[in-house]
Amino acid sequence: MNFFEIFNFEPDFNLDVNSLSARYKDLQRAFHPDQYASANESQKLLALQKATEINDAYATLKSTVSRAEYLLKLVGLDISHETTTVKDPSFLMQQMEYREKLEDISALSDPYDAIIEFEQELEQEQAELEATIGRELKSAHYEQAANAVRKLKFIKKLQVELERLEDEVSDI
Amino acid sequence: MALLQISEPGQSEAPHQRRLAVGIDLGTTNSLVATVRSGEATTLADQQGNTILPSVVRYSAEQVQVGIEALANAEADPENTIISAKRFMGRSVEDVVKTYPELPYQFVGEAKELARIATAAGKKSPVEVSADILAVLKTRAENSLGDEIQGAVITVPAYFDDAQRQCTKDAARLAGLKVLRLLNEPTAAAIAYGLDSKQEGQIAVYDLGGGTFDISILKLEKGVFEVLSTGGDSALGGDDFDQVIVDWIKASGKLPAQLSSRMRRVVKETAKKVKEQLSDASSVDYSIKLDDQSQIQLSLTKAEFESLVEPLVKRTLIACRRALKDAGLKAEDIKDVILVGGSTRVPLVRSRVADYFAKEPLSSIDPDQVVAIGASLQADILVGNKPDSDMVLLDVIPLSLGLETMGGLCEKIIPRNTTIPVAKAQEFTTFKDGQTAMAVHVVQGERELVKDCRSLAKFELHGIPPMAAGAAHIRVSFQVDADGLLSVTAMEKSTGVQSSIQVKPSYGLEENEILQMLQASVANAKDDVKARQLAEQVVEAQRMLESLGNAITQDKHLLSEEEYNSLTGDLAKLAELCQGSDVDAIKQQIELIDNNSQDFAAARMDQSIRKALQGHKVDEI
Repeated sequence: MNFFEIFNFEPDFNLDVNSLSARYKDLQRAFHPDQYASANESQKLLALQKATEINDAYATLKSTVSRAEYLLKLVGLDISHETTTVKDPSFLMQQMEYREKLEDISALSDPYDAIIEFEQELEQEQAELEATIGRELKSAHYEQAANAVRKLKFIKKLQVELERLEDEVSDI
Repeated sequence: MALLQISEPGQSEAPHQRRLAVGIDLGTTNSLVATVRSGEATTLADQQGNTILPSVVRYSAEQVQVGIEALANAEADPENTIISAKRFMGRSVEDVVKTYPELPYQFVGEAKELARIATAAGKKSPVEVSADILAVLKTRAENSLGDEIQGAVITVPAYFDDAQRQCTKDAARLAGLKVLRLLNEPTAAAIAYGLDSKQEGQIAVYDLGGGTFDISILKLEKGVFEVLSTGGDSALGGDDFDQVIVDWIKASGKLPAQLSSRMRRVVKETAKKVKEQLSDASSVDYSIKLDDQSQIQLSLTKAEFESLVEPLVKRTLIACRRALKDAGLKAEDIKDVILVGGSTRVPLVRSRVADYFAKEPLSSIDPDQVVAIGASLQADILVGNKPDSDMVLLDVIPLSLGLETMGGLCEKIIPRNTTIPVAKAQEFTTFKDGQTAMAVHVVQGERELVKDCRSLAKFELHGIPPMAAGAAHIRVSFQVDADGLLSVTAMEKSTGVQSSIQVKPSYGLEENEILQMLQASVANAKDDVKARQLAEQVVEAQRMLESLGNAITQDKHLLSEEEYNSLTGDLAKLAELCQGSDVDAIKQQIELIDNNSQDFAAARMDQSIRKALQGHKVDEI
């Protein structure tokens, strides 16, 4: 059973996350090891394996990056551990600009507004890439989809760094 | 009087009796035991009417005292009276001495071994001390419930690492308790709160106990308790509040840096009392009698106290912020904040928490009892007293699990706040031609360098077929179960040779040590081991007869006629063996049936997956 089949979904990038979460909870209601606390050892082990698989499937499908990577893997394109990077020069140029921007923000005395503005910019970028991934996957342009996923990973990384920056400058 | 449960006609041949199960809050300072009676969760009291058992054990040559009696002797006999042993669980001697330089105990053993204390009754590990506390609670529960306990849910701080959890489970085993589940303390509090209030939404549980701090963010929805994130500090609690007062007393009273054992205890007890009084008073005056019988007078105001503990409170709030971030939420998304633990009685803690979450925190259930209450509610369900319960707990791993890679770096395998149970696999290869073994070092923590993380276990893989460097592929799988405990298996892919590795925490008890202790305790109690084993196997057999018997009736269509007849025959033989007294035969028959029914169990699970989702098809079209 692949991860989509576990939740009785068609393999599709555009997935209703709320419905995923509801189905996930129903499955855990049936398979969580707590339901087998007084069962025998082999049933316990089986429940543990099932619950683990369900958790893995849920975590994979919940995030757009891992969901896209998983869909690509289903069609035979495994990019989750690859070392290939993006070669698109304009994208790379933009990444460099983003990096500089991050440094500039960290040097500001009151960086909050700049952080929020940058956050929104990245969010928009993320939404556009996700739309591209959905489109390319639908039309079976897997290489193009993989490229968009690689770009999305860049953006996610920046978002993490921006969060870290926000942590550093904020005080309780 | 416990009610009998009667099952649906036809579902089970014999109505089974209500099973006794308890929830135990094994705290740093105090411990409690609770159970569900007539549908209501209550904490159980000893014969003097005390529900709280101080987590203190005194070892003298003649006897072991636990609780109030032991605490009363703490001042007179500090070296043999172990207080707050929970702080030493899963910790090395080196670690404990560095973190708590003021302790009056004589630690023995190697610097890198589990801390053990020399007492008048011999060396005692924190696991044994905890087992003695658990044993008293077990006896208390059996006395008040009038029968044997079938299982217990024991709570641990959410931020406990694998070693600390393993030690807790070992302690329960030594005390003769069957652990149904290790439950995180804040999650237990959330159960008590959620089942009581029937509220839904996102809540925060702020748990500041005697020695540990936990913050958990949970989502409550239709009986599902989903932990979104957890954070904290397993070495921050009321004891640290006391310690800042101790340091202050030493400084203002001009006491020597190294105090005598007695003086340490006196100063510590004074600090504790001063802290408690400052919850209501604006200033406290007190005197201390020194070793030379002279007295010193001191006075501490509330404002001074608050400025002393402010940095500690701030540390808890920083952990709150990180937990909120990990959950992807903001303080205003939190509907309710629940306070747990005695240290939340400090007014500064309450006001800072209220400010941070911008709402008045709840403490409607006694913060000392709420954890034990929640644990007993889960124990009641796990032991099978509430077959209709739709409660599900989805908890997380508090600290990332990683492996040491070249250069002392830590590679994260399972990130913190991943929902458990979880499994991840990692592939390794050999570094040299003909290499037949490799060492794996598992660590837990968030830092980049291995030396800054906690070492969980080191193990070696042997028997790798000699191949060229990089040709062997060893797949190491990490499984974290619902108790948050880790197990590791390894497989060489080209040969398919599988080996399971017993991960013994770097600072824990060895399996043979536990067995020796168990044998010693059984010998002391003059227990009839054989009779006990037989009783246990018969219970196990009956459980199997009931559950598999029902399953076969319900899902006959999943079995061929041949399989059906063979399983029914096996079960009939098991029922027959239960009438006799051959322990080994019963055990073997259970194992045989277990093996023969594996495919059937797997087929039933797959069928259930479809069933679990059926409701959706209808309402989502």
